Amino acid sequence: MEELIDLLKDIKDDVDFEHSTTLIDNRELDSFDIIQIVAALNDEYDIKIPASDIIPKNFNSAKAIYDMVQRLQDEQ
Amino acid sequence: MARIITDYLDHAVLQHGDKCAFADEKEKLTYKELQEEAFHIAEGLIHYGIFKKPVAIYLDKGIHVISAFLGTAYSGNFYSPLDTEMPISRISKIMSTLLPSVIITDEQHEVEAAQFAGNAKILLLEEMIGQDICEEEIRSIVDRVADTDVLYVLFTSGSTGMPKGVVISHKSLIDFTEWGSHYFGIDDSYIFANQTPFYFSMSVFDIYQTIRNGATTYIVPKQKFSFPTLLMEYLAEKHINTLYWVPTALSMVSILGALDSPHLKDLRNVFFSGEVMPTKQLNRWRKEYPQVRYVNLYGPTEVTDVCTAYVLDRDFDDTERLPMGQACRNMDVFLLNDHDQLVKGQEIGEVCVRGTGLAYGYYGDKTNTEKAFVQNPLQKAYPEIIYRTGDLAQWNERGELVYASRKDFQIKHMGHRIELGEIEAAVSSIDGVDSNCCLYNLKKSLIILYYTGTIEPDQLTEQLKKLVPEYMIPNRKKHIDSMPLNLNGKIDRQKLKEMAGI
Repeated sequence: MEELIDLLKDIKDDVDFEHSTTLIDNRELDSFDIIQIVAALNDEYDIKIPASDIIPKNFNSAKAIYDMVQRLQDEQ
Repeated sequence: MARIITDYLDHAVLQHGDKCAFADEKEKLTYKELQEEAFHIAEGLIHYGIFKKPVAIYLDKGIHVISAFLGTAYSGNFYSPLDTEMPISRISKIMSTLLPSVIITDEQHEVEAAQFAGNAKILLLEEMIGQDICEEEIRSIVDRVADTDVLYVLFTSGSTGMPKGVVISHKSLIDFTEWGSHYFGIDDSYIFANQTPFYFSMSVFDIYQTIRNGATTYIVPKQKFSFPTLLMEYLAEKHINTLYWVPTALSMVSILGALDSPHLKDLRNVFFSGEVMPTKQLNRWRKEYPQVRYVNLYGPTEVTDVCTAYVLDRDFDDTERLPMGQACRNMDVFLLNDHDQLVKGQEIGEVCVRGTGLAYGYYGDKTNTEKAFVQNPLQKAYPEIIYRTGDLAQWNERGELVYASRKDFQIKHMGHRIELGEIEAAVSSIDGVDSNCCLYNLKKSLIILYYTGTIEPDQLTEQLKKLVPEYMIPNRKKHIDSMPLNLNGKIDRQKLKEMAGI
């Protein structure tokens, strides 16, 4: 989880990834951030996030992103 | 033919009165309703007693902004949209140049608007719409409007940190709109999905092609552009057949693998402009949608929207660059070398433009106007203004224009036109920053900031957010102990580029 937070911080340093559960709902991340995050996750965790998983509820918090990555790692 | 842009709306009301003209997430307006709302707004401005004066529109993006645009035009004044997501400090800079007589806003934004209003009168949309209309009065004002009168002022990034307001007349916009309609064969069957912000010149294509042709535009909720399947579902549901988007938005769909989720059965046209389209992403679109017409358009706000167009007529490798194509009707596009002579062969030169679509210049900014809008150096016998774009290009063997690079430090990031100097000016105003320099990594689409001083990167971001729009915030902020300097004692950009691996 810490590793994931570091990765996210590297992409956007002014977002409170540790605590926020409204990354999308409060527009803390924009479309460019999402593209960068998806690309970084694909690279770092050797997964391929399908378009069907790129939806608000999977990106609203670091925990949600973490769960998605775990699930995709198991599946793929 | 239309003389001023309100003629388009008058015509559409007669032909398509009950048809949906514009729709956003919450509401929609038929042509009749759009005109009625515009009349109310015009009446409010006429009663306030202004004519040929700037009117700032401070509203969230949506259908009522269009009513405010048209209402301002019916009243014989000109509009300038202010982005409600922009930091107040930048809006204040725009205000100090525009000095609007009126700010049209709504109850939701009234308190914010009061912060930067200065001497401008705040008129609330809700109150204006409640007032009576006297159409005769509006018609007598419209009769006084000349096609050379200003229609709007759009502000773009300025290198010294002061945004520049591009002044466009009715005549320029009509010329551009007529070209687009004829060139593409646009009619009332077109359904547009608007992506670009209304303070962006590309949006005038969506808005005025719609009104001229009795078509329909859906204003796509911004959040859809973060989630490609939600976006595609939206486009499918609304039977969208025409996109005029920045390449970043189109690429998002293809990069994230959502081109077929779902497949867009109605799609007929994909137009793009505002920055270079990555050919690799375009090829993915073409593979999924081979029947669609793809068009690469080029032009800065200063030529209304575009001055060249290229309809894709052949295949391109992922590594090949798309041509910008040929000049639009009533536009002459030519390349000048360093000696202000026409280039020969495939020599690279600055893109220069002349024609009806040219802006009058920058609002209240004689110095910058005279730098970019100059006498045609190819003839001195009579006054003739050309616009120097600052873009470098060359002609290929087929006689098509191909983009090369910028002459200066202007960049295109996610379709936004940004002067790196504007970011640098904002950063240098922050306490704890000694010196700074911004670079752009074109390949990765990243704005990179190098700075010296005592402030931490996240603190710097927080301060910077109060000064510039979100899209100007550097994606990487790197603190360094000392700034590399060249022999002249200036910041050594080349050295920094090496450090950044550009």
